Amino acid sequence: MSRKISEESYRKTRSFRLHQWFTGEKDLFLDQVEMKPQEPFTESKKVKKKREKEKQKMLDQIYNLERNRKTGPFQTLYRVVSVLFCICMVSLFLVAVSYLPPLGDAGNPANNEVPQRYIENGLQETGAVNIVTGMILDYRAFDTLGESHVLFIATCAVLILLRLDGNKKKLQEEEASDSAHEPENDVILQTVAKIVVPPIMIFGIYVILGGHLGPGGGFSGGAIIGAGLILYLNAFGFEKTERFFTAKTYKWMCFGALGCYCLAKSYSFFTGANHIESIIPLGTPGAILSSGLILILNICVGIVVAGTMYTFYVMFRKGGF
Amino acid sequence: MQFVQNLPFISIIVSLFSGSLSSIMGGKKAKRLNLAMMSLVAAMSLMVFLFVLGTGESYVYMMGHFPAPWGNEIRIGVLEAGMALFFCVVMLLCVIGGYQEQAAEIEDEKKNLYYIMINLLLCSLLALIYTNDLFTAYVFVEINTISACGLIMIKQNGRTIEAATRYMIMSLLGSGMLLLGICYLYDVTGHLLMSNIKEQVEIIHRTGQYRVPLLVAVGLMSVGLAIKSALFPFHAWLPDAYGYSTVSSAAILSSLVSKGYIFLLIKIFYRVIGFDVIQDSKVVNILFIFGILGMIMGSISAIRENNIRRMVAYSSVAQIGYIYMGFGLATEAGIMASIFHVLSHAATKSLLFLSASGITDSSNDSTDFFDLTGAGYRNKLAGIAFTVGSLSMVGFPALSGFISKLLFAQAAIGDGWKMFPALIALAVSTVLNAVYFMKTVIRLYTPERTAGREGFREIHMTENRTKSAAMLCLVALNLILGLGSAPIVRMIEQGLGMFA
Repeated sequence: MSRKISEESYRKTRSFRLHQWFTGEKDLFLDQVEMKPQEPFTESKKVKKKREKEKQKMLDQIYNLERNRKTGPFQTLYRVVSVLFCICMVSLFLVAVSYLPPLGDAGNPANNEVPQRYIENGLQETGAVNIVTGMILDYRAFDTLGESHVLFIATCAVLILLRLDGNKKKLQEEEASDSAHEPENDVILQTVAKIVVPPIMIFGIYVILGGHLGPGGGFSGGAIIGAGLILYLNAFGFEKTERFFTAKTYKWMCFGALGCYCLAKSYSFFTGANHIESIIPLGTPGAILSSGLILILNICVGIVVAGTMYTFYVMFRKGGF
Repeated sequence: MQFVQNLPFISIIVSLFSGSLSSIMGGKKAKRLNLAMMSLVAAMSLMVFLFVLGTGESYVYMMGHFPAPWGNEIRIGVLEAGMALFFCVVMLLCVIGGYQEQAAEIEDEKKNLYYIMINLLLCSLLALIYTNDLFTAYVFVEINTISACGLIMIKQNGRTIEAATRYMIMSLLGSGMLLLGICYLYDVTGHLLMSNIKEQVEIIHRTGQYRVPLLVAVGLMSVGLAIKSALFPFHAWLPDAYGYSTVSSAAILSSLVSKGYIFLLIKIFYRVIGFDVIQDSKVVNILFIFGILGMIMGSISAIRENNIRRMVAYSSVAQIGYIYMGFGLATEAGIMASIFHVLSHAATKSLLFLSASGITDSSNDSTDFFDLTGAGYRNKLAGIAFTVGSLSMVGFPALSGFISKLLFAQAAIGDGWKMFPALIALAVSTVLNAVYFMKTVIRLYTPERTAGREGFREIHMTENRTKSAAMLCLVALNLILGLGSAPIVRMIEQGLGMFA
């Protein structure tokens, strides 16, 4: 028993559209998705001449038979020696590792009073349920202070190398060529980003805030937030991100976080060294507002890491924001 | 605890904080902040130095509420405080000596980044000097490496970018080896704190257990730090990095950055591994051989160079060779000579770089020897300063280089098979030094008619006041090191005594 529907109402159903798409009669995404045809490659005569000249120069250097005949054996020797050297180093390390204490043995030198105190007293002394966080942000906070400045100075070095502020024309060129080969508004990417970015951000914040309670912390949470920002930037372009994240934002954010870390920790270093009781309460272990400074430091580290990741990406893509 | 004992910690934090503070400032304000910070840190280091000299014993400062093997700590003795003071002063002079070049060669928007690099470099040097924990040392070695790269590439042209890339690759290789060495050491001793590692290493050395990993760890750490401080076969990155970067960067890199690593190596020898174990291991002999090779080969490369900046850079290779030769002697006297040479080289090399830039200023910014003829008459102060620096490097009496050569020779005498190679290398290297430095000085004072040639002009010492002041201070520092060497050597001895 079959029930026929009229041709007209059949055309409205989804199955008809699926059939159309299947047979290739109609592209559903036509007019919906921005598609950018590849532009023919053009360059001015001057640029072309320069490029060809440079290429010829390079080729001349590579295929300089006279020179290659002379240096060829050395090049081969160089490669052979470097491979041999690497093999030697690798085998040296392997031999040395075989003499090390066996992994996981209870009598290893590394199982001494140091980790013992971390494990036994870590919770009482730092208030952090996650002992690793307690270790890096309380017991050995000086190292982590240095480590967060490593990220900061790495960003500064990338800014020195890639920022184009002094060169307005070049920056404009970079901006123009930024999306030369791809659509500006990619529907698929934008839709996915719309769905995915908010949970990523919230998850990142959760990882940072829960750093002292479970696995997580500033470094991992900051990396998640940074990845979310990069995805958002890719989907919606610089126009949208620059509403809330510019070079100025980054500067102040970074300074705020690092300065806060510096001052908070100098207070605790100073009181610790002078044997003054710290006034910062440890709180109830397991509560979100607990474990003294660790929560604040985690937030600071998270901000620095997220800013660093995002700035790296922007610098490599465009050279300024 | 007295308040003055807090100052090393405060000086580290102040330099760290001024780094992040500079990021929100413009170039001018960052420059002023940097100057204020360096003067403050120098003053604080001076107070700490006088304090430690007064009490005559080192003390440990706890970084936080937890004592040492669990938390971090820094340790301050005469040698540490003295080094910190010296490094601060030399860095201050290098930076103010190059103000004019910094203004001209760095883009306006990037000026504050330059001072961030300098602030954090000073912070990392202070932390490397004071730290009593190997892992903290590694963290600050990272900061040191990245900021040194920033210093090289701040003046942006093809050569400096290439130099910075080379420096990055070599230096990261060195950092990696240092980290691997620390890992091995941690695995066999179970500690990261220097004094605790030393206890464990003594036990290991006695029982003979874990001999191979210990030897590999010592080798890796020595070679890693040797790469980072440009010991002879690993110096390929050096001439470009020193030769083309802006003058303050070159002076800071040659006189301070490499010295920070050398000081860390001394610490590792004395405080981590223990001097007896080092003497037993054959690693020092390798350092000795490469040190001697560096002394000769660096000088030969310098003789062949026709660019004054690169020549001074190659001379650094030779001087680093001297320092490692002192390590290689593996005696107290050898290490003392090395430490004195660290001071003398830092004072002299920064003087040479600053005065070389003063000389090239008066010669159409050309670094080529041919254009420098008669430059000593055009820029009188720079000419005199360069001559003083050259004489000091060659080992002229009353200047610092003479004392360090004397100390090296004294240390070498009676040191078994190493005596003759060390003495011969010292003699040969001194002659070679004299060849290239005196060649330059003679050229500087050969009269040449340059009036009317474009760019060749007379420069009076009031024209670039900061540089003149810096050069005069460095000349004075050289004379102090040369004439007042006896108390300084005594302080080094006292400091080394506190070290163990």
